[in-house]
Amino acid sequence: MRKPIVGLFVVLQVALSAPHGAAQAGPEPATSDAVARLERELAELRREYTERLTALEERIRALSVPAPAASPPAAVAEPAPVPVPAGSSKVFNPDIAVIGNFMGSAGRNRLEPEKAPLELPEAEASFQAVVDPYARGDFFFAFSPEGVEVEEGFLTFQSLPGKLLLKVGQMREGFGKVNGMHSHVLPWADRPLVAQNFLGGDEGLADAGLSLARLIPIGSTFVEATGEVYSGTSTVFQAQKRQDLSYVGRLRAYRDLSEAANLDVGGSFAYGHNGQTENGTTKLFGVDATFRYRPLRRALYRRFIARSELLWSRAAVPLGEVKSFGGYLSGEYQFARRWFAGARFDLAGRPFDTLPNDKGGSLLLTFWPSEFSQIRGQWRYTKHGLGGTSHEAIVQLLFAIGAHGAHSF
Amino acid sequence: MEILKRALAFGLLLLFAEPAAAAISIVATTEDLASLVREVAGDRAKVDAIARGYQDPHFVEAKPSFILKLHAADLLVVVGRELEIGWLPPLQLQSRNSKIQPGSKGYLDASLTAKILEIPTGQLTRAMGDVHPMGNPHYWLDPGNGRRIAAAIRDRLAELVPADAGYFAERYADFDKRLAEAEKRWDAQMAPFKGAKIVTYHRSWPNFCDRFGLDVIGYVEPKPGIPPSPGHTLDLIAEMKRQGVKVLLVEPYFDRKTPDSIGRETGAQVLVMPPSVGGEKEITDFIKLFDYDVKLLVQALSASGAKGRP
Repeated sequence: MRKPIVGLFVVLQVALSAPHGAAQAGPEPATSDAVARLERELAELRREYTERLTALEERIRALSVPAPAASPPAAVAEPAPVPVPAGSSKVFNPDIAVIGNFMGSAGRNRLEPEKAPLELPEAEASFQAVVDPYARGDFFFAFSPEGVEVEEGFLTFQSLPGKLLLKVGQMREGFGKVNGMHSHVLPWADRPLVAQNFLGGDEGLADAGLSLARLIPIGSTFVEATGEVYSGTSTVFQAQKRQDLSYVGRLRAYRDLSEAANLDVGGSFAYGHNGQTENGTTKLFGVDATFRYRPLRRALYRRFIARSELLWSRAAVPLGEVKSFGGYLSGEYQFARRWFAGARFDLAGRPFDTLPNDKGGSLLLTFWPSEFSQIRGQWRYTKHGLGGTSHEAIVQLLFAIGAHGAHSF
Repeated sequence: MEILKRALAFGLLLLFAEPAAAAISIVATTEDLASLVREVAGDRAKVDAIARGYQDPHFVEAKPSFILKLHAADLLVVVGRELEIGWLPPLQLQSRNSKIQPGSKGYLDASLTAKILEIPTGQLTRAMGDVHPMGNPHYWLDPGNGRRIAAAIRDRLAELVPADAGYFAERYADFDKRLAEAEKRWDAQMAPFKGAKIVTYHRSWPNFCDRFGLDVIGYVEPKPGIPPSPGHTLDLIAEMKRQGVKVLLVEPYFDRKTPDSIGRETGAQVLVMPPSVGGEKEITDFIKLFDYDVKLLVQALSASGAKGRP
């Protein structure tokens, strides 16, 4: 760094001393004429450059200030200052977000005695963007201690005729409500027992396939019928042959009861091979209902949601058929801008045996420091069908970075 | 046999008859935009809004009943600048309506021709709260922007229904005239208070204050979208006392507890000032919104003895 500075200094000295030296050489008339001419030229140059600089400064000012604050209400619209992207390719980058789900648990858990007291069971990375004028793409990768998996990766065709919406790819199946939810949007730190026992727990009923949903508006009631076909290999269904596909059907109806309250009900059906015998299949029937109350004027501070899902299972096993049942009933109440209290009652049998039902209950308290993080405490009691009880305290910390995702409904 | 034939003909008629030339169906995300659409479209459109005027437009629930509205829409007018980012995209996706997807003729982002303030420069992080990277989305609170939005609506409607272009142009010209008259009135009412210092709850009012020359010296929220904290509230009270601020504006959807206690400490009047059409029963259109807000402010500022900058 020092050398260039010294160099610059030398150059400057030479430049400055040169005319000085010339002036000292002698006051010859020819030289003084030349000096006068040079001075004139310099003055001319200075004037020219000042003009050009001023013009440039004006232009920069005009560019950087979108509109003068005191301008009269102009009838002509001022051009909107649209931010210029730094690199052209970045404009088309998908919306990226990462959601961390940190858990701490204490107490006795008879089913998972090895469960770590502190863990990051899941970090979810999402990439979402419009693919072309016909479709958008959504990818959700789940990073867990077991490895990385494509939780969902699907294409949604939103411009089909006939009020249809087609999804193709790996996705959570449209059975009931809770199965479609990612872990970080659940109103609890865990999944209800019925989802653990019948719908594959956290991983859920998820598979590669197609989902076609048709909108059937009946007056002001929203009705949607969905038909889905999957390859039949998930944590729940296990195809033995390539043609052992699994199928899901769902009918959902939603209606506003008032500006503040609404009711959402649905019925679902799922069918697939269960791997218990060569051709053994499982049929699942579900009904769900969600009631929401959120007064618009106080929407930031108050809301109440009651939800329930019931599920019936008919599974072919080597010794015949097992009929089992499960369900939950849950309520959440927001009592301050950042505070929610909740309770859940659980009941669930098992798909392949006739043991007594697992029963459980949870109490929850959730705090939202901001829209992008939440802390949840859950006390969970379980009375296991196999015998014995568990009492656990769970603390969950959820945090999101990246693009602002839409809120689930 | 004759009866059967007639019944068949009637049935066919029902099946294939063109429905009577239906008016164009327009959905706006807020009541402010819906009001501006009504000004321009008159009786040639069926206009509907999603968010109510007394509701926080950042936090609207993506109810399936809105999907039905969007499904039937020929034109969707949005505030943009990421105001609706938490709820509109899933509704649009599920609407099964390619007409109203971003980039289509039936999708109008009203912010594109409006004057936008507070476009952040430099690095942005969420440590600054829920900042809007594209600028402050409450830009409709400037009558000049109302005019610009109405002009954009006029142009888009003329594109969608060329036969009615003249009608829309006439309606716009009429609105423009009424707005200009109203602006003279508001300017006269607000003139004595130019430079008056106020505090607001959320950053909802930069365009309004810029237009009418009010000086916002602080916010009840420590950062956008972050609820009031005791430390920040104490600082704000001290600052309001130091600068003699006598008016505090609160949007109708925020809790009044903190603003009221600030009011008690500082002697400032707490005004519940609706930032949107429909925020109060009598605010039925865009011009009435400013009528209401200007009247409310002028009353409060004169009662407090506030004076503008000399």
